[in-house]
Amino acid sequence: MKKIKITLLGFAAALMLVTGASQAATPKNTFVLAKDIADIITMDPAEVFELTTGEIIANIYDRIMMFEPEDLQNLVGGVAESWEVSEDGKTITFKVRSGLKFHSGNPVRAEDVAWSLQRVVKLNKTPAFIVTQFGWNADNVDSLVKATDNDHLQITITEEFSPGLVLNALSAGIASVVDKKLVMSHEKDGDLGYDWLKSNSAGSGAFSLKTWKANEIVMLQAHKGYRHGAPGMDRVILQHVSEPSSQRLLLEKGDIDMARNLTPDQVKGIEGNSDIAVDGHPKGTIVYMAANAGHPILGKDKVVQAMRHLIDYDSMADSFLAGQFVVHQAFWPAGLWGALETTPYKQDVVTAKALLAEAGHADGFELTIHTLTNSPFPEIAQAVQANLAKGGIKTNIVTLEGKTLWPKYRAREHDIILAHWSPDYVDPHSNADAFANNPDNRFEAKKTGHLTWRNAWSDDASNSLAIKARNELDLDKRKQQYLELQAMLQKKGPFVIMFQQNEQVARRRNLDGFVSGSNFDLVFYRNVTKR
Amino acid sequence: MRASSVLKAAGPGRALPSKLVKASGVIVSLILTFVGLTAVTFTIGRVMPADPVLAIVGDRASQEVYDQVFLQLGLDKPIYVQYLKYLGQLLQGDLGTSIMTAQPVAEDILRFFPATMELATVATLLGVFVGIPMGVLAAVKQGRWPDHVVRVIGLIGYSAPIFWLGMVALLVFYARLDWVAGPGRLDVFYDGIVDPVSGILLLDAALAGEWDIFDNALDHLILPASILGTFALAYIARMTRSFMLDQLGQEYILTARVKGIPEWQVIWRHAFRNVLVQLITIIGLTYASLLEGSVLTETIFSWPGIGLYITKSLFNNDMNAVLGGTIVVGVCFVGINMLSDLLYKLVDPRVR
Repeated sequence: MKKIKITLLGFAAALMLVTGASQAATPKNTFVLAKDIADIITMDPAEVFELTTGEIIANIYDRIMMFEPEDLQNLVGGVAESWEVSEDGKTITFKVRSGLKFHSGNPVRAEDVAWSLQRVVKLNKTPAFIVTQFGWNADNVDSLVKATDNDHLQITITEEFSPGLVLNALSAGIASVVDKKLVMSHEKDGDLGYDWLKSNSAGSGAFSLKTWKANEIVMLQAHKGYRHGAPGMDRVILQHVSEPSSQRLLLEKGDIDMARNLTPDQVKGIEGNSDIAVDGHPKGTIVYMAANAGHPILGKDKVVQAMRHLIDYDSMADSFLAGQFVVHQAFWPAGLWGALETTPYKQDVVTAKALLAEAGHADGFELTIHTLTNSPFPEIAQAVQANLAKGGIKTNIVTLEGKTLWPKYRAREHDIILAHWSPDYVDPHSNADAFANNPDNRFEAKKTGHLTWRNAWSDDASNSLAIKARNELDLDKRKQQYLELQAMLQKKGPFVIMFQQNEQVARRRNLDGFVSGSNFDLVFYRNVTKR
Repeated sequence: MRASSVLKAAGPGRALPSKLVKASGVIVSLILTFVGLTAVTFTIGRVMPADPVLAIVGDRASQEVYDQVFLQLGLDKPIYVQYLKYLGQLLQGDLGTSIMTAQPVAEDILRFFPATMELATVATLLGVFVGIPMGVLAAVKQGRWPDHVVRVIGLIGYSAPIFWLGMVALLVFYARLDWVAGPGRLDVFYDGIVDPVSGILLLDAALAGEWDIFDNALDHLILPASILGTFALAYIARMTRSFMLDQLGQEYILTARVKGIPEWQVIWRHAFRNVLVQLITIIGLTYASLLEGSVLTETIFSWPGIGLYITKSLFNNDMNAVLGGTIVVGVCFVGINMLSDLLYKLVDPRVR
């Protein structure tokens, strides 16, 4: 060890003769955050579905409806100043705020808003399902989503959906309003500006995209004419630092203002540093285990119920997950409207063994757990392995990269999957549709967007309650139905829901105003200030 | 008349056709190398269990969207048809577009490769200018303490995990001593000021006369290059020692010493000159392996190099990027081998 240091010291000393380094704190008008930004593959809001770009476009584009950083609980109008819902709940007319400008200087018109939604449907990229579920397709969207004049947008849905759900869905990234005039000036071969917008921006939000260099840097420039006033920082820089320990060193040195991917150990390591604060932001990501109901043993409700009793949730949350995940046992994340926050399960080996005996498996059996390679999934899988062993369930763990794991999951080629899920938009239907509804359980139906389908599980009561809640016009009743649905799925079904993420963000103490809401795309930079 | 007779009949001009034959042999071998390289990489990419469609559309895509992209990528076609199509594009200079970066692969390579080249060149220079004297010293002082020190350094440099070494170096020289800059190629505030000409920041900054940026880039380069250089140094020093020991035991060295030639001349002019050819091979191989990229060094130091690019592309089943990167690395290996061959002829008249 000593010799290594001497060696390194020698190199460095020799090289220091050539140069001398002196680091400065980040500029007062610039917010620099370190993050693993390798997941960015596009900046086009019609296609964005990744965590990092989700938050970036939330700062570049205003959406039709929005959750604002000042109040993350209440849905308000974004570019929409007001809206009216028709009696049958199928038509909503929005009044677009007057005087709004895109970064280009072009005015924000109802036509831009309509075109933005039409473009999402016509391009039909992955997140398009959020609006195509309303019955829109490339052929009918022009007549169902239209500007009635310069200030009014009218949308009509053809499927049964609660208007509350529709409004919530219009707060998702796909409801970002893009500058039609600018984007169409870059159109090639009828691509609706898709190629250009992949690496450029055309919004009216608090920031515009200045630079994106994949795996290196994203730089945002403040939009001084933003409707809420100029952002606190002139520039925001997302610096790609994939290694958490490097993030920690940069933060401690003051070369960045915020580190977004620290591990629990690193968070613990900086606790005594008076220049750094660590904030917890509850997120909507849940960690769950799913049993393939097509498996002869896992298809039995009592077996899955026994597994729920075998897991020692608290022990994991208090040890290696400390601070970054909390126990949560329902499909809709705590803190959001309609969430069931009860946690009825604790490790109870006696009950679990009794259930296994009733299911005819008192002597146990053997399974494979497939999970992701990135932390904390291998660690959770190992703890689960030890927990299940107490009930006589022997498990083998296979860790795979997502790109290899998901095809297996989508082809129902698993016994047990340990994975995560985040809502696509802030409405319980987003998760209910995945965890509780299975429109067609036949293999050839390939309803891969539904986790129920991936686990070959379908239940009439669960399906009908999920649809009933989706369509319910009365908000209180709707909330009640979702609570009931979550309670139902705590007792039956293929899912063992275990944890909810608490994002730990470490920042220099001179920085304030960073807001990170429950959903992956509710992260706001515009109120950030530095002392 | 047969071709051989024509060549023979050519008389004094015989050297030219023979060179042509040699050159065409090299070209054919190059073509075969690249066809083989692309075919193997392409096939591995297609038979891997990772799904290239999911890399584009994400896990949550509906089957309809999935099928649409599946067809767009031509994955419904037999693998040899897909390969031939790729090869056709390649011949037109089109490496395709990367899924990960949404940019043409050629542009990505022009951005990532110079970053690695900058790092690998400095690391190799360090290895050559420190490693060779160390190796020579160890051979000359065989069995004595300088030899032991060099061997220990060699062992550590060769066997210490580069990830660990990098982290310790960052902690000591960046975080504690404040001698060097931290991860990244440049302080983020300097980004975009210098227009990329070569992609090598030191060179571009110097060309633009931006000496602050040059200084900053150097600050960032020193530590990762030193870490990578320890590997190069260790290898070169060990091999130099071994080659020199072999030469120093030869009779011509004894003769030179008996003739009273000064010891430094015996070492550097006689023994060292004879190990140069072997050393060129070692240096070439070291440089080529560093050009391939050191994924761990690039990870710790957030260095956007070709190694990390290929690795991440592989994990994401971004096959255009993997193939593009592999071709570049292949070209490097072939190019460096050819350069080594030329250098042999320069330093050793017997090879000419």
